[in-house]
Amino acid sequence: MAELLSVRDLRIEATSYPPGEPPKTVTLVDNVSFELGQGKVLGLIGESGAGKSTIGLATLAYGRGGARITGGQVMLNNSDILKLAPGGVRALRGARVCYVAQSAAAAFNPAHRLGDQVIEASLLHGIMGRDEATERATELFKVLGLPSPETFGQRYPHQVSGGQLQRAMTAMALCPKPDLIVFDEPTTALDVTTQIDVLAAIKNAIAQTGTAALYITHDLAVIAQISDDIMVLRHGKMVEYGSAKQIIEDPEQEYTRALVNVRASKRAEAKDQSGVLLKVTDISAGYGHVKVLNGVSLHLPKGQTLAVVGESGSGKSTLARVITGLLPPTQGATLFEGKELSPALAQRTRDELRRIQMIYQIADTAMNPRQTVGEIIGRPLTFYFGHSGSKKSERVRQLLDQIEMGDRFADRYPAELSGGQKQRVAIARALAAEPELILCDEPTSALDPLVAEGILQLLAKLQEDTAVSYLFITHDIAIVRAIADSVAVMHRGKLVRFGPKSRVLSPPFDDYTDLLLKSVPEMKLGWLERVLEDRRMASADN
Amino acid sequence: MNFRAIPLSAWIGIIGVAIAFFCAIFGPWIAPFGETDVVGDVWAPPGGEFLFGTDNLGRDLLSRLIFGARTTILVALAATVLSFALGMLLSFAAAVTGGIVDQVLSRVNDLMMSIPMLIFALVVLAVLPQSLLVLVLVMAVLDSTRVYRLGRAVALDVAVMEFVEAARLRGEGTGWIIFREILPNTLAPLLAEFGLRFAFSILFLSTLSFLGLGIQPPAADWGGMVKDNKDGILFGVSAALIPGAAIAFLAICVNLIVDWLLKRASSLRGGRGDG
Repeated sequence: MAELLSVRDLRIEATSYPPGEPPKTVTLVDNVSFELGQGKVLGLIGESGAGKSTIGLATLAYGRGGARITGGQVMLNNSDILKLAPGGVRALRGARVCYVAQSAAAAFNPAHRLGDQVIEASLLHGIMGRDEATERATELFKVLGLPSPETFGQRYPHQVSGGQLQRAMTAMALCPKPDLIVFDEPTTALDVTTQIDVLAAIKNAIAQTGTAALYITHDLAVIAQISDDIMVLRHGKMVEYGSAKQIIEDPEQEYTRALVNVRASKRAEAKDQSGVLLKVTDISAGYGHVKVLNGVSLHLPKGQTLAVVGESGSGKSTLARVITGLLPPTQGATLFEGKELSPALAQRTRDELRRIQMIYQIADTAMNPRQTVGEIIGRPLTFYFGHSGSKKSERVRQLLDQIEMGDRFADRYPAELSGGQKQRVAIARALAAEPELILCDEPTSALDPLVAEGILQLLAKLQEDTAVSYLFITHDIAIVRAIADSVAVMHRGKLVRFGPKSRVLSPPFDDYTDLLLKSVPEMKLGWLERVLEDRRMASADN
Repeated sequence: MNFRAIPLSAWIGIIGVAIAFFCAIFGPWIAPFGETDVVGDVWAPPGGEFLFGTDNLGRDLLSRLIFGARTTILVALAATVLSFALGMLLSFAAAVTGGIVDQVLSRVNDLMMSIPMLIFALVVLAVLPQSLLVLVLVMAVLDSTRVYRLGRAVALDVAVMEFVEAARLRGEGTGWIIFREILPNTLAPLLAEFGLRFAFSILFLSTLSFLGLGIQPPAADWGGMVKDNKDGILFGVSAALIPGAAIAFLAICVNLIVDWLLKRASSLRGGRGDG
């Protein structure tokens, strides 16, 4: 018997229109073939631009943003869906193949109740009546572990959390009893502690309904938990295709090996953590009446790295804003080399500003798109040191060398750089001020794993060369292991745990740190089951 | 700058505007007759000695059109440039500073916008002494309220971007943030508005002249010429249509250029691709 879904020699092209040049045809996906059986899960993994979402959408016979499917076959139940008439495609989408998008918050219509949206496709396709569909939705809410499944459908999207929305979207996809569901990075936008619940719910739901699934992600550790087979993609081509066990435990290709080992690097912490560069004491801050930080005290030794860990909303970015002076605290003080900094930015001297620099999460918005790389890096040189002319361009060249990019980038605009290169330029801009402290606000979380690894290595090298200190905000424990000397764990605006890395990351744990550490996916098969088993036992004990 | 990259529509606009400016600069030398000389019959038909015919007093229409280009373009351009300088400076300052400055400026702006522009201009111009400078200033101030609205909206969009925050963190002054960080990123919509406002200024000046508050006779200006000859339309004389067509021609040409500049600005390397 043939497989449920069989994709053969898929080729997808798009036409790009660079200004001032003739249009070019770009091949997004080339020569990709795979097969997927009933109830199985295939993981598609690759960095951004690898074509994984494009392939996922092709199984709905859809090309996004001008992408055209120009070759190959997509056989679903032995019929080629690429040859369907428009009416046939409409009957297919939302009924036999469903799609779960990355950002559920953006994909739900905020004006309608969740329940109505979940059953909409089933009603439109006439698969079931309203009562039956509502009943099935309630059933699915239960399977996906949503709170009070009977009344969950009555709520509006803004009334539930991000993780719950993502599960509601999975319910929406499962509702019309499709043959195949395409999950497009369903957990990427979620916190690790939420991600694990959603992953477990999706896995459970797939197992119970017997639906086949394509699971797209850039995180190999996530995909290892949920897939039967894995396909590794790069630049629109297949790199490796095999069972999950083979890919994780015995990868054949160099690229796959790099992906498997990406989060494995570790660094020993500094022995002497006595000297203090930055010290914040009993800081509280908030926006209006909302209190975001509550009595946070921590310190950072000179030339070392303090990682601030927590999920979104824990107040870690707010802490950085307080230290920079963008948000004056309601109480507490910031001491830099023993001297108190004025709480507001406007009262700080130019030299105080120079000594604390910042790197942002999204390099795209952190750099003026109308300035060249040379102007971006050169401005701090002029502003703080009065460099100009050949002295300035010489220094810009040095800085570009330091971030391992060449001189030829000085005349480029940010839009012409890749994500990793942009973040490197942002680092160079911070470095140009010759700071003693750089605040890094999740500088790698928007990047592909291998690119992120390169940025982390660069930051470590720069710390060796210039003895700069980092306050590194992250939600990723693997990064903490790789770069930190000391760690501060934050939860809901409070400091939960603070100290040298070895002490913070070893037992006995408090409840939150324990949850956080256990939620980080590991590059091992069966990790998810083990964690869930542990949790069940823990709750049985209680 | 590649001349071949300029599309045909932009060339038409450039040539049209060049002709208008040429007339404005060299008017006295190329006009066949003087600005105020009565040289023929009232409302002589086009053709022969008078290419476009004569007006209600027997003055040569072509000559007055050429002389009128000077006042019309000068006043409209000066008013538009001034209104943009004023509107953009205030709106960017409001967007960057925020708080009480923003509130005061925005509410005063609302106040001015709540009075119909034409009535406001009529009242002010009726009270103030009649001179070209006063006319330009009144038009500029009234027009700047519209520029302020747009400028504040686009600047607020950019002011919350992280690169502006980064500039603040560096300790940059408000001047740098306005002119170096925000202005280059708001050029596209402002440029589009400039073309539109320039055309509106010509029309507004024409309206004022038509009502007798703009350029004072016997000096020629296009709007005033429409007014002078409007009665002719009743008798089937087309004299009023010719200065009207000139206004339309200039407005279209300016917008053809602006459309092209807009396309260039938004597709520039490093552009945000909006606009």
